[in-house]
Amino acid sequence: MGKPRLAVWKFASCDGCQLSLLDCEDELLAVAGAVEIAYFAEASSNLQPGPYDVSLVEGSITTAHDAERIKEIRRQSGAVITIGACATAGGIQALRNFADVEEFTRAVYATPAFISTLDRSTPISDHIQVDFELRGCPINKYQLLEVINAFLNKRRPNIRAHSVCVECKQRGTVCVTVARGEPCLGPVTHAGCGALCPSYNRGCFGCYGPKELPNTESLAAWARAELGATDRDIKRLYHNFNTWTEPFRSEGNRNG
Amino acid sequence: MEKALILTLAADRLDQLFHELQGRGYECVGPTLRDDAIVYDHIESSADLPRGWTDEQAPGHYRVKRRDDDAYFGYVVGPHSWKKYLFPPERRLWQLKRAGQKFDRTDTPAEPPRYAFIGVRACEIAALKIQDRVFTGGQFTEPKYAAAREQAFVVAVNCTQAASTCFCVSMKTGPEAQDGYDLSLTEVLTPEHSFVIRVGSDHGREVLAALQTAAATPAHEQAARAGIENASQQARKLETAGLKELLQRNFESEQWDDIAKRCLSCANCTMACPTCFCSSVEDTTDLTGEHAERWQRWDSCFNPDFSYIHGGEVRKTTASRYRQWMTHKLSTWFDQFGSSGCVGCGRCISWCPVGIDLTEEARKMRESEGTCHEGS
Repeated sequence: MGKPRLAVWKFASCDGCQLSLLDCEDELLAVAGAVEIAYFAEASSNLQPGPYDVSLVEGSITTAHDAERIKEIRRQSGAVITIGACATAGGIQALRNFADVEEFTRAVYATPAFISTLDRSTPISDHIQVDFELRGCPINKYQLLEVINAFLNKRRPNIRAHSVCVECKQRGTVCVTVARGEPCLGPVTHAGCGALCPSYNRGCFGCYGPKELPNTESLAAWARAELGATDRDIKRLYHNFNTWTEPFRSEGNRNG
Repeated sequence: MEKALILTLAADRLDQLFHELQGRGYECVGPTLRDDAIVYDHIESSADLPRGWTDEQAPGHYRVKRRDDDAYFGYVVGPHSWKKYLFPPERRLWQLKRAGQKFDRTDTPAEPPRYAFIGVRACEIAALKIQDRVFTGGQFTEPKYAAAREQAFVVAVNCTQAASTCFCVSMKTGPEAQDGYDLSLTEVLTPEHSFVIRVGSDHGREVLAALQTAAATPAHEQAARAGIENASQQARKLETAGLKELLQRNFESEQWDDIAKRCLSCANCTMACPTCFCSSVEDTTDLTGEHAERWQRWDSCFNPDFSYIHGGEVRKTTASRYRQWMTHKLSTWFDQFGSSGCVGCGRCISWCPVGIDLTEEARKMRESEGTCHEGS
């Protein structure tokens, strides 16, 4: 039996999540040893045809062409794993979903007539069945290795859906909200980054999207009443990399 | 019976205590100022202590402030607790390496750390005793906890002030450490800046013998008593009479839903709590399939999957998770471990990012029942 065949696909995205795979450095040889990297345009021009055992999909669906392309990838793939906020939530570009995309194209492009785009940026799971969604903007390379690993060893990935707060407390980081009055999305955000921003005395930006049972309304109410945040501040916190997830979208909309 | 000897150590001789403990092979850990808070960390000498600092606490609020004196221990408890040393947030339990048809297992070395805890408050000693019962008091003993606990040298510091979040008096755990320490210190600023010291163990007696102490005068003892009395003045109270039964009568109270509107289910309260002891165990593999490891990590009854059993999670809602935590802490803990699980340190109140106050929720639960009875 040959090695499992891995493909990496790009949709509307910045490439940062794919780069996490190349960024694995120390572990990259082990990855290459464990799987056949059959299709990874960012890493190699040697692009092998399908089918593939595992497809990693980066990016959101923003064009009619891509909406078809993802269906073909689904057909060619055993498991589809989306990586990053774009693929799992529509990404920062989903801010267009609240606005007039034609107005944007007129403002940005010299010849808007050349631009063919959908009026919404949507996650991959809106279009096809997804086997696992790995969160983050960008993803954490150790979590990516863990997911690949789990699929290869046919076990459940150790990816916990609890809050970023748990990671802060596990590493001994002092709560930036309680000790400094910084608004922080940690209590409503899915863990995975290792609580990076609070360890640098910054509030969490919510890169990993909503955690399980996110009480966005209570957190917003506290930020408004006790931390001096304005409605606009709160809206900007929630309408960010994971703006199109239902909890963050609704909470942002409730605030201004 | 001979009166227990009470000695004093001048504040400028505090480093003698560090040197003596270090000379006996202890790693000193204790309060130090970092990231706008007084945390527990490795400390080398009295210079690492937050001298001249204090804390201001309220629900969801903690700030460090300058004091107008040079007290070494003029604050109460902060975001950390000693459990991180005895029951670390994460640790590898063992690893396996494939060897043909078998696996070779390597356990994480069992050499226990040898900590001297500097500045353990009375409520924290109560918490240590609770975790002792949890980890070593039952049918099974947690060997790594037991070994580290056995080695630990406890330097208690009696509180001479209370934060607004403190309620050790209600829980009968403080503010003065009664036992469970090797040495106990009460910092006094009059008649001169010094520590009034009591001995709690033979180890403590040996260490103290090596320090340049003097007999405490009535003025020292009076100053120490006044400080502890000051710390006893606590506005926050938790009415404990009948609390166990109150919570068990109110599993279906609407108040759990009211709390759930505010509760973030973020687990901060359980992580900050010095008695919460839950952990999860995760097995990992590597890409080659040649290695596997087992890790233990702090977990929480507020986390998804915590109550996962075949068929799904038992507690799917925030209301059910908060009810589980509070009812366990204040009620069913008695059945399980013979005491309350709460020591009145107030960490869950200060470090809740939306300021949910356990004592206030208990009070409201009691009130709601009163209203209910009057109405019926």
